[in-house]
Amino acid sequence: MSVGLRTRGRRGQAAGPARSRLRAADLVLGSWRGLGARRLRTALSCLGIALGIAAGVAVLGISASSKANLLAELGAEGNLVTVTAGQNFDGSPAPLPLTAESMIARIPPVESVTAIGYVPGATVFRTAAVPATDSGGISVLAAQPGLLGTLGGGVAAGTFLNAATVRYPAVVLGAVAARTLGIGQVRPDTQVYLAGRYFTVVGILRPVPLVPEIDEAALVGFPVADSLLGLDGYPTQIYLRALPDQVQPVTSVLPFTANPAEPEGVQVSLPSSILAARAAARTAFTGLFLGLGAVAVLVGVVGIGNIMVISVLERRAEIGLRRALGATRRHVGLQFLADSLLLSALGGVAGALAGAAATAGYALSSGQPTVVPASAVLAGLGVATGAGALAGLYPAIRAARLAPAEALRGA
Amino acid sequence: MRPVLEITGVSKSYPGSPPVTALDGVALEIHAAERTAVLGPSGSGKTTLLHVAGTLERPSGGSVRIGGQEVSALPDAELSAVRGRRLGFVFQQFYLLDHLDAVQNVALGLLYRGGPARARRAAAVEALDRVGLGHRLGHVPARLSGGERQRVAIARAVAGHPDVVLADEPTGNLDSRSGQQIIDLLAGLARDGTAIVVVTHDPAVAAAMTRRVVMQDGRIVSDDRQVPG
Repeated sequence: MSVGLRTRGRRGQAAGPARSRLRAADLVLGSWRGLGARRLRTALSCLGIALGIAAGVAVLGISASSKANLLAELGAEGNLVTVTAGQNFDGSPAPLPLTAESMIARIPPVESVTAIGYVPGATVFRTAAVPATDSGGISVLAAQPGLLGTLGGGVAAGTFLNAATVRYPAVVLGAVAARTLGIGQVRPDTQVYLAGRYFTVVGILRPVPLVPEIDEAALVGFPVADSLLGLDGYPTQIYLRALPDQVQPVTSVLPFTANPAEPEGVQVSLPSSILAARAAARTAFTGLFLGLGAVAVLVGVVGIGNIMVISVLERRAEIGLRRALGATRRHVGLQFLADSLLLSALGGVAGALAGAAATAGYALSSGQPTVVPASAVLAGLGVATGAGALAGLYPAIRAARLAPAEALRGA
Repeated sequence: MRPVLEITGVSKSYPGSPPVTALDGVALEIHAAERTAVLGPSGSGKTTLLHVAGTLERPSGGSVRIGGQEVSALPDAELSAVRGRRLGFVFQQFYLLDHLDAVQNVALGLLYRGGPARARRAAAVEALDRVGLGHRLGHVPARLSGGERQRVAIARAVAGHPDVVLADEPTGNLDSRSGQQIIDLLAGLARDGTAIVVVTHDPAVAAAMTRRVVMQDGRIVSDDRQVPG
């Protein structure tokens, strides 16, 4: 392939005058050798582009790695569905029918289901001596032994509620609730003052990222909530796991199943989608860093443009020589444009590598999978090439317009 | 025989106040294998004549024919092809590219013909052999003496077997011994049929040519051409 005048057609070669020709490979090789001869200048002039592209690729890579990590976590949890009956006028959760849990369990794609009941007005304190106003925001929830299995949580200390302890004044604290109460470990004599009497702490939960309200709760059994706290067995919230590919159909039948009398009051949500949205919001900084990267690229464009203008002045004699050797104006312009493009492409490649390395470093240090999106790398190289074209255009035109005799005389 | 280079009534003036007239009705015919020295004081128009003859500059008036082809009105692209194929240039400052070795510098002379790289390289090696630098192929200009650099430049000018070699003060930057080598080399080119036109102040160069054209104030004031026959 050759660039330049061959585009005017082969007709000219057959009948008309001979044309100067420059092969694309020679053009690139010429630029490559030229840049290679000025290594320090080459490195410094593509630094701006490299930094900009590195910032862009790193930001997109780190964001993609975090997202991949989240998706890997959600892969097991993306099928968790929450059903509530909405809120009472005072903001407390409204109860669902007693039959809701067993009805939902009959939907075929539902793998597991568990209910919790909000105990209105119940407070939890370390001891009876704590003033009642310092409630610490800990809510009391009635829970079933299957809760952890459905939510995918675990205990940090002690045990969870079981068929026996649900009948007695035993309590399992969520991670935040335990910290609020200052309870770090579970001993036989560890107790909290719950709704006017002492309950024995049998376990402390690990954080449940998908359902943070569990973290801030004290969990007791439904039977004991009925007998001592006056709950009447009504659940206020139901958690269920559906087959991952059946989540959508299940959610569409849930309102009628949970509360046939008042389906419009039933709220169905996917905690994983809330979490994903929150993670997406966290990447708002991505825009800021991409903006900084863009500024760096812009500075890089100015830097390369500047060095190319200087190069045209320095290489006047070479321009004159090349014209004397048969280069057309177009060939000279293309040579400078190729220099600029090669400079910025080198910057782009270096930047993409640095950005990928930064992503890998971040991902490894935070235990996430390394994901460098190909689209980010391609976009980076594209931006770099565009920047090179932009920076090289004016110098190339100047070089091409230089009259050969003037170029030779001025040297 | 038809001249390889034919300049008729060429004038060249540069705008300004007053305008500068560098060439004023110059006529010159150069034939194959002819060795011509263009002499004259500084500012007499010698270099401008060389540039106009070499199509590096367009005349303000008159006609320039190279190989029988009128070139003064050709578009840039075709003019460049004429330079690349029919003409060779040698300059006082050599104008070698510092980062290229001797072979690459000489091959640059064939770059814009667009032939295969291997053929260009082979022709470059052959041209360097012709100027006696077959043992310096891989040397960059910084490792060559002044005389060797000018020989590389001459190899670059003749690698494509041009009809005419135009040289502007080729010995101006050289000591007399290196200069003599260059003179011998240029004179020897004519044996292959290449016409040589040398702009020079150097009497030794003038003496080695077969024809001396003297310029003054943009005109040719003397031409000792021997009419063949």
